[in-house]
Amino acid sequence: MEYVIITFLCLAILLYFLLGGADFGAGIIELFTSQKNRSKTRKTMSQAIGPVWEANHMWLIIAVVILFVAFPKIYTTMSVYLHIPLAIMLIGIIARGTAFVFRHYDAVKDKMQEVYNKIFIYSSFITPLFLGIIAGSVISGKIDSEANNFADAYVYGWLNWFSIAVGLFTVALCGFLAAIYLIGESEELVEQQRFIKKAEFMNVAAVIFGAMVFTAAYFEDVPLYKWVFQNQIGLSAVILASLSLILLWFLLLKGKTKILRILAGFQVTMILVAISFAHFPNFIQLKNGSALSLFDAIAPFKTVQALGWALVLGSFLILPFLGYLFYKFQQKEE
Amino acid sequence: MDDFLAARSQMALSLGFHIIYACIGMVMPFFMAVSHYKWLRTNDEVYKNITKAWSKGVAIFFATGAVSGTMLSFELGLLWPKFMEHAGPIFGMPFSLEGTAFFIEAIALGFFLYGWNKLNKWFHWFTGVVVGVSGLASGILVVAANAWMNSPAGFDFVDGKYLNIDPIAAMFNKAWFTQALHMCLAAFTATGFAVAGVHALMILRKQNPDFHYKAFKIAAVFATVCAVLQPISGDLSAKDVAQRQPAKLAAMEALYTTQKPAPLLVGGIVDEKNKKVTHAIEIPGALSFLAHGNFKAEVKGLDQIPADEQPPVAITHYAFQIMVGIGTLLMLISLGYFILLLRKKSILDRKWLLKLFVLAIPLGYIALEAGWVVTEVGRQPWIIYGIMKTRDAVTPMPGIAWSFYLFSAIYASLNVIVIFLLYRQIKMVPVLYNQHKFSSSVKAN
Ligand code: HDD
Ligand code: HEM
Ligand code: HEM
Repeated sequence: MEYVIITFLCLAILLYFLLGGADFGAGIIELFTSQKNRSKTRKTMSQAIGPVWEANHMWLIIAVVILFVAFPKIYTTMSVYLHIPLAIMLIGIIARGTAFVFRHYDAVKDKMQEVYNKIFIYSSFITPLFLGIIAGSVISGKIDSEANNFADAYVYGWLNWFSIAVGLFTVALCGFLAAIYLIGESEELVEQQRFIKKAEFMNVAAVIFGAMVFTAAYFEDVPLYKWVFQNQIGLSAVILASLSLILLWFLLLKGKTKILRILAGFQVTMILVAISFAHFPNFIQLKNGSALSLFDAIAPFKTVQALGWALVLGSFLILPFLGYLFYKFQQKEE
Repeated sequence: MDDFLAARSQMALSLGFHIIYACIGMVMPFFMAVSHYKWLRTNDEVYKNITKAWSKGVAIFFATGAVSGTMLSFELGLLWPKFMEHAGPIFGMPFSLEGTAFFIEAIALGFFLYGWNKLNKWFHWFTGVVVGVSGLASGILVVAANAWMNSPAGFDFVDGKYLNIDPIAAMFNKAWFTQALHMCLAAFTATGFAVAGVHALMILRKQNPDFHYKAFKIAAVFATVCAVLQPISGDLSAKDVAQRQPAKLAAMEALYTTQKPAPLLVGGIVDEKNKKVTHAIEIPGALSFLAHGNFKAEVKGLDQIPADEQPPVAITHYAFQIMVGIGTLLMLISLGYFILLLRKKSILDRKWLLKLFVLAIPLGYIALEAGWVVTEVGRQPWIIYGIMKTRDAVTPMPGIAWSFYLFSAIYASLNVIVIFLLYRQIKMVPVLYNQHKFSSSVKAN
């Protein structure tokens, strides 16, 4: 059962990254779209993500619930030492979720729309930035559980170049995912061209920020290089990610638009594997060199058993329904 | 502000905010399903418009409920890490099932909101019902988790260690049923009266009376039936509390000394320093009856509870009075409405009753918040009753006061925006749904 739960946890995190990420990315794209094209972009976007909007964000809840039921020590360590970035991320989630719905359902369309838009696009940037910062801090070994002053305990654990670089990298990946997704959703050629431009832009950004992550890792003594390149799985994941990127641009030239999103998703999955495989099952690395591992920090047997069953049965209920939702709204409106 | 107090206030604020949105998200789908059903059966466009108008409101509330709920699932750890470290594996079962329920709810909502004209019409209707049922299920589950904090079960507490954990037994603790029952009724009562009241107001203003009368009726039937059941379920809860948390019962009733038989106090001003209540109306023996079903029974007072285990008396007592007072009032309004229905009279001729419904718009929610204050403040100083003190569970991070101010501002602005949006929705009803037929069907009902 441990394995079932760990699989679900990894899956929930991955799916949140891919689906929620694409969803954040849509806002990021809007941020980098010129004022005159924004409303068009917005329309395509809201058609594309409207129906699956709530469902995409459920993966975060699933991940959090699994964490606090089955890995309480990991959940509480994160909530104590990463309190500040978590709170900022939450504000982002609140602002974004409400602004998205408010602008859709406001019965009168007037100046308020601009306010919702502003909130939406800036929080679409902030939220994945801080998600990335949190992810970066968890693996970087900067969290200091023995610190005895405020700054060391609650600030420098996440406010460091490595975490920030991971945050920016995350933002770029989200933008990339969204651009690729929207290429397949847009109905006009001009618009498609615009999303292709955006995808190129985000791709370049991801490469630059990726390089920044490695540089920051070098200066901050995070053994990222070792994890990724001195490990067979990590190395093959990087190679696969690069190959799929080349394939992706090739197919794009050929005008195939729908298959791209699978490749982009695969690529991001490989990046996550490359970063996390080497230190699996350690979830949090602490400054004093110790780590919280998924196997050691796990809850007592009966809890694990019950949670495992709940997840398995839950997925039987959820997955067909969810699949149908995605399928149904893939069909274009007449 | 001291950090501990700030953490408690922030928790209370977030929960108090979430509960309103969650109740609406939980109850409105049922109202919509009824009106949707009537539309499919009768082809009366008005019902379709009601369903659509409501569904827009629900989407706004649902999203706000969802983000504030997401906030809460992090906040439990951000504010009470020591609690979650031990409690997570024990009371986590309902939360994991709740996750499933939410997921189904979110998927069904996607179908429902975006499925007009795209799905088979009965499948579309069914997705609306699923939204309601899974919302209700998640409400029941999360209350079961709260009930566990009031009535811990499913583990052995030995030398400060939590052993033999059994999450299923924890979920079916002694308090879950009465609490969940009372909460579900409360959700229907509060939302029902709020919705019915808004439509009653529009009827009084003579705007689209046909539309608003039909909408009023659906909400009012749900609201009044539940409001009559509410005091009965409340009585069950009170007997339950008397058994498992005598300190809470004593605080609810501001009963400073153990008495046999014990009187029920109505109103009154609590003097916490001198441990007495003044200006209250006493009903002899009534408390003994309410708590133990016997007019002569002894009721434990606060004098039998160690000083460091007593909850704040004044807040709990006042909150309880507010809840029961409003509960009684809503029950009377409901009975009035039933009498009209039995006599087959139209409420449209009874302006005073419509006005009472308008007055009741906020009352249900006030009672609901007051009820939660009774439950939660009455549990203090314990976070897990009898096992862990709230003070020992709070996060070690200083500066929570800032976080409290920040989130207060956020929640306040969200409330303002939602009210503003709703106001606009309602204002637009004549424009969007005016059928130009203030039909005779109004009177016929
Ligand atoms: C519309 C809202 C509403 C109304 C009209 C009432 N209640 Fe209530 N009450 C609630 C909404 C509520 C609640 C918010 O839903 C609570 C908080 C926790 C819970 O389970 O339900 C609650 C809790 C609660 C508790 C504490 C339960 C516990 O701590 O486990 C008692 C003893 C009562 N109620 C009793 C009553 C009585 C005797 C009422 C008679 C009129 C009444 N309530 C009306
Ligand atoms: C949504 C309706 C609810 C409302 C309005 C509510 C209200 C409150 C209030 C007023 C407090 C502060 C009490 C004090 O410190 O004096 C509080 C504390 C708390 N509540 Fe609730 N509550 C609700 C439901 C829940 C549920 C369902 C749970 C958990 C499953 C929960 C968990 C907690 C926790 C962990 C605390 C902090 C510890 C404490 O003060 O005891 N609450 N709540
Ligand atoms: C008595 C207390 C509560 C009730 C009755 C309740 C009920 C609900 C309902 C019906 C929803 C669905 C969203 C909506 O319809 O607006 C919801 C959303 C949510 N609630 Fe609560 N809730 C309560 C307290 C809590 C607590 C204490 C937590 C966290 C620890 C929580 C976590 C969530 C989450 C994560 C969501 C979002 C799920 C989604 O996206 O649909 N709730 N709640």
